[in-house]
Amino acid sequence: MKILVCISNVPDTTSKINFIENDTKFDKQGVQFVINPNDEFGLTRAIWFKEQQGATVDVMHVGRSDADPTLRKALAIGADKALRIDTDATDGFVVANQIANFVKENPYDLIIAGRESIDYNGGMVPGMMASVLGYAFVNTCVGLKIDGKEAVAVREMDGGSETLKTQLPLIIGAQKGLVEETDLKIPNMRGIMQARQKPFEVIAAKDINANTTVSKFEKPEPKAHVKLIAADDLDQLIDLLQNEAKVL
Amino acid sequence: MSILVLTESENGKLKKNAFEVVSYAKALANHQNTTVTALAINCDEPGELGNFGADKVLNTTLTFPYFDALIYSEIATQAVKQEGSNLVIISSSANAKYMAGILAAKLDAGYVSNVVDLPVFGAHTTVKRMAFSNKAFSHTTLHANMNVLGLSTNAFGAAENQVNAQVIEFQPNIPDQTMTQIDVSQTTGKASIADADIVVSAGRGLKGPENWGIIEEMAEVLGAATACSKPVSDMGWRPHSEHVGQTGKPVATNLYFAIGISGAIQHLAGINASKIKVVINTDPEAPFFKAADYGIVGDAFDVVPRLTEKLKALQIGSV
Ligand SMILES: Cc1cc2nc3c(=O)[nH]c(=O)nc-3n(C[C@H](O)[C@H](O)[C@H](O)COP(=O)(O)OP(=O)(O)OC[C@H]3O[C@@H](n4cnc5c(N)ncnc54)[C@H](O)[C@@H]3O)c2cc1C
Repeated sequence: MKILVCISNVPDTTSKINFIENDTKFDKQGVQFVINPNDEFGLTRAIWFKEQQGATVDVMHVGRSDADPTLRKALAIGADKALRIDTDATDGFVVANQIANFVKENPYDLIIAGRESIDYNGGMVPGMMASVLGYAFVNTCVGLKIDGKEAVAVREMDGGSETLKTQLPLIIGAQKGLVEETDLKIPNMRGIMQARQKPFEVIAAKDINANTTVSKFEKPEPKAHVKLIAADDLDQLIDLLQNEAKVL
Repeated sequence: MSILVLTESENGKLKKNAFEVVSYAKALANHQNTTVTALAINCDEPGELGNFGADKVLNTTLTFPYFDALIYSEIATQAVKQEGSNLVIISSSANAKYMAGILAAKLDAGYVSNVVDLPVFGAHTTVKRMAFSNKAFSHTTLHANMNVLGLSTNAFGAAENQVNAQVIEFQPNIPDQTMTQIDVSQTTGKASIADADIVVSAGRGLKGPENWGIIEEMAEVLGAATACSKPVSDMGWRPHSEHVGQTGKPVATNLYFAIGISGAIQHLAGINASKIKVVINTDPEAPFFKAADYGIVGDAFDVVPRLTEKLKALQIGSV
């Protein structure tokens, strides 16, 4: 089985979010970049398939060389090969189509992408790729079993879950629940050393125009001070929720 | 050039977010001097959409009762073509987000998710959306001729706007299903985190799974959904589906109670879109107090049962 895991390079979840150049660019100063958490759950499941059922795992990123350390980490965790399509990832449409173009010539049985990246939260890449490639697609995937060409996937819905049966090739939108938190791997020295020997291909991008661009960022208004209510005056809380906030 | 809006139903009943997306589309249509066409699939009362401004409803009934993203996006594509629309409005539900990317690719459209306001029209149209897991907004410029906007839950609200909706039976060509549902588990009788007006969320401060009775009771009295912090689901005290935050489910509810939750940056990121936040925590230094609207410094085991008693008297969840 050939697996491709799409990796987004995102600011660590603890990062302070600031903007520069007149609020048009994200300020990367002092920010630690990591594998997008949703992608990491997917990568971990891919490596499970490799170890338990036999598979090759390629990781793919659309973007510039500043993401190379993140891809090397994916190799150190256990991926076999890294691929980077060298272009600016202007929007999800560009990313999805760049990857889909590559996959048309280099087919995979299973493509895993995160449900969304935690920076731009676009949430469109896996679905767009599936549509362009004509692959089956299960989003918000919290369970995946593969037997030959048959896949059984669990999808989390609002207020429940469903189990879907389909055929490979398949794309999933990965998220927490696909593997346990304790399954996530931290690269060890051996993995880091091996990663240096693994193939790392930089691929020229196709000419694809973005459908959307960011013109400006904005930070939310600073929050007004919390109103403290004494623990023995719960009537006041209810009064405030009913008459001031009007939410009860 | 009607604006097409996709509405969602569950067991034949329109969902609350259907009224919100139609209200949003109507406001847009008024601005653009055009009309709103709603697509309703497996819906018993499509005419209800007229109460929120749908001029026309394309009504389709399928042979299978559940959502299928590939089929639904195919139906939507045919509806867009029939209506000659160049703008499609959808919600931010799990189903809407599931089909949005597929639909946008089929239509060769720009897709903007998590939209929080009406677009600003000009030489280029821009829309405001949430980004960085609610830590910021981005103003996104649309370059394509066709666009799909995903409205963030509760960002616009439902606004009554009575028109006589013309309900038309819509018979698209339905392709064969490539995925079949073999099992489904629905948390019956309880509000889901995505749909609930109120969410009661608890963290490690509750000390153990055996103590969740007070949380469930409070949620029941409020007709609220229950949620939890990440470590609580990691330790198996509560199911993963209740984990909210940056790496869990997003919450954009009207009222969010955080009980025994410290307010780590990753937790706050996921719940910040909620309108009113109430924190109950023994530690006055807990970061959640900086993010909340109302706070009680107190012990959950003392405060929550007393609060539940008082809330009972309001009979909120009894509907
Ligand atoms: C990559 C990454 C992603 C993450 N994503 C998420 C996420 O999506 N969601 C999330 O929630 N977390 C996330 N976290 C974890 C986050 O950093 C915090 O560790 C977590 O939110 C803390 O959970 P908590 O508030 O329940 O527990 P704690 O931080 O232990 O807080 C417990 C709180 O309960 C209070 N308390 C104790 N006893 C009582 C009592 N009797 N009555 C009232 N209050 C009491 C304490 O004062 C304390 O403030 C993430 C972390 C990482 C590294």
